[in-house]
Amino acid sequence: MAVVPADIAAQTPPSHGGTDQDALPDPGRSRRIGFVGRYCGRPAAVVGLVFLAIAAVIAIFASRVAPFDPAAQNLRLALKGPSGDHWLGTDELGRDVLSRLIFGARVSLLAGFEAVGVGLLLGVPFGLIAGYFGRWSDAVISRVAEGVLSFPPLLLAIAIVGVLGKGITNAMLAIGVVFAPRFLRLVRGSVLAVREETYVEAARSIGCTHRKIVVRHILPNVISPLLIQVMLTVGLAMLSEASLSFLGLGVQPPDASWGAMMGSAYRHVSRQPWQAVYPGLAIVLIVLSCNSVGEGLRASIGRRSERRS
Amino acid sequence: MIRTIAKRLLALVPMLFVVSFVVYSLVLLVPGDPAVTLAGDNPTAEQIAETRVRLGLDDSILVQYGRWVSNAVQGDLGESLYSTQPVSTSVMSRLPTTLSLTFAAIGFALLVAVPAGLLAARRPRGIVDRLTSVGSSIGVALPSFWVGLVLIVIFTIKFDLLPPVGYVGLSDNPLEWLSHIALPAVALGSVAAAETTRQLRGAMVDVLKTDYVRTATAAGIRQRSVILRYALKNAASPVLTVVGLQVTFLLGGSAIVERMFNIPGLGSLAIDAVLSRDLPVIQGVIIVAVIVSVLANLLVDVAYGMLNPKVRV
Repeated sequence: MAVVPADIAAQTPPSHGGTDQDALPDPGRSRRIGFVGRYCGRPAAVVGLVFLAIAAVIAIFASRVAPFDPAAQNLRLALKGPSGDHWLGTDELGRDVLSRLIFGARVSLLAGFEAVGVGLLLGVPFGLIAGYFGRWSDAVISRVAEGVLSFPPLLLAIAIVGVLGKGITNAMLAIGVVFAPRFLRLVRGSVLAVREETYVEAARSIGCTHRKIVVRHILPNVISPLLIQVMLTVGLAMLSEASLSFLGLGVQPPDASWGAMMGSAYRHVSRQPWQAVYPGLAIVLIVLSCNSVGEGLRASIGRRSERRS
Repeated sequence: MIRTIAKRLLALVPMLFVVSFVVYSLVLLVPGDPAVTLAGDNPTAEQIAETRVRLGLDDSILVQYGRWVSNAVQGDLGESLYSTQPVSTSVMSRLPTTLSLTFAAIGFALLVAVPAGLLAARRPRGIVDRLTSVGSSIGVALPSFWVGLVLIVIFTIKFDLLPPVGYVGLSDNPLEWLSHIALPAVALGSVAAAETTRQLRGAMVDVLKTDYVRTATAAGIRQRSVILRYALKNAASPVLTVVGLQVTFLLGGSAIVERMFNIPGLGSLAIDAVLSRDLPVIQGVIIVAVIVSVLANLLVDVAYGMLNPKVRV
């Protein structure tokens, strides 16, 4: 039975096994509790997570929660203020603002995660290739990433949507492309940090293929910083989606999105200024929540990394 | 210094080639036959053929790119598909407007960030620091168009203090320019203000812990002098980097603010071009915006070197 000090065992990635966990005071469990404890010690992060969870539940059950059909028009009720029937009033076509806000949550959350998904799909594989193989592949991939990073992000997204055509799918694709270099650089940096570790060298020496080394031994080490970056980027992606929808390049009528609602509120701002308040507040709160969760993760995971080193 | 700048400019050339190729490659993203898509709604065969010839779409992409880039370095970015006006003329006539908006937004950001960052850093974890921290967290989550809408409601609709839309050139009438640019600059610069406050506060807290600050304080120099004359200079370096990065973001964000406040800048030109799928104009706006942002970051690096002689550009 191999006796390994707890701190060294904690440093060994789970994928490598090789240590007899029965001999130790379950370091995995203490780490988990430690992480949860550290995260819960940050009230802003906890509030952010709770708000995101509530928003997600509302978005999933939008059709049950919303009091009206978000697309149902009633021109006689156009631009009315809050009332018993319509708690947040109606828009220029007499549609219920609360119902549109609830359905808008679905679009915004989905759009944010879709865009980040596209960014991850593009950024992670190229980041792994650039970091692991280095040399010319790193030079080429890094130059392209630097090139994309030098574009004003919203302008590049607008241009891509302009070429591909209006619509939420193309908007999310465009935002994903714009954010991909962030993930690429993060993954590349993390891979560079672990590429020369002993366990990677050991895997290489026993004849593991490059793919196996990258997927089973390197990728797990990249997950934590990636998770933090994902949460911080989701908020930005939602802001970008709202911006594109505000300009009429994202979600198309009659679908509801917070950005599109702001765009319609802007056109009637002199008649009903309050209409802009609700979707605006919703955007601010959801982005703030994503950022708080991201910062909370960074602080909690970061401290563990510091302690390890 | 001039030699260093020249070296940096030369280093930018390969990156600009990558950028220009990405910009030109936008034509590859056009769904279906680009000539059909870009010829407008329900195009005739004649219009499609004309678009194909005007954009040189019969050649291979590398030949097309080579032709476009060789014309671009001579200042010719092609012609608009709709107005037939040279793209470089449209872009250059609108660039000063966007630059004035961007720099006004940075000015607003610094006006807020410098006092807020300094006050917060004087007593870390104090009440001012906590308020500043909450304020900057909210600030980075604010969409510029929402800030703009709120400002329009308060300053235009409610109190009728400032004009809601339009633009007057700085050289035409500086006071009118200020009254027209104030709301858009605040709307555009609010996120930059929050981000810069965070950076300055963090940098200042670190600098205020250093030995030379403690020595200066022990020598009886007033705290205000210590902060403004000694600490701020060193804390300003990382802030400058953030300001340089903000230029890139603000150039993109200006599109939405220009559209909202009806300002005839690069951003509103880009959106008009996008709505009409005027590809040469889209490409022209993007490439000029990238060049401006790259040059702004170069200037920041030069200023960084001047501020901190230990750093060689």
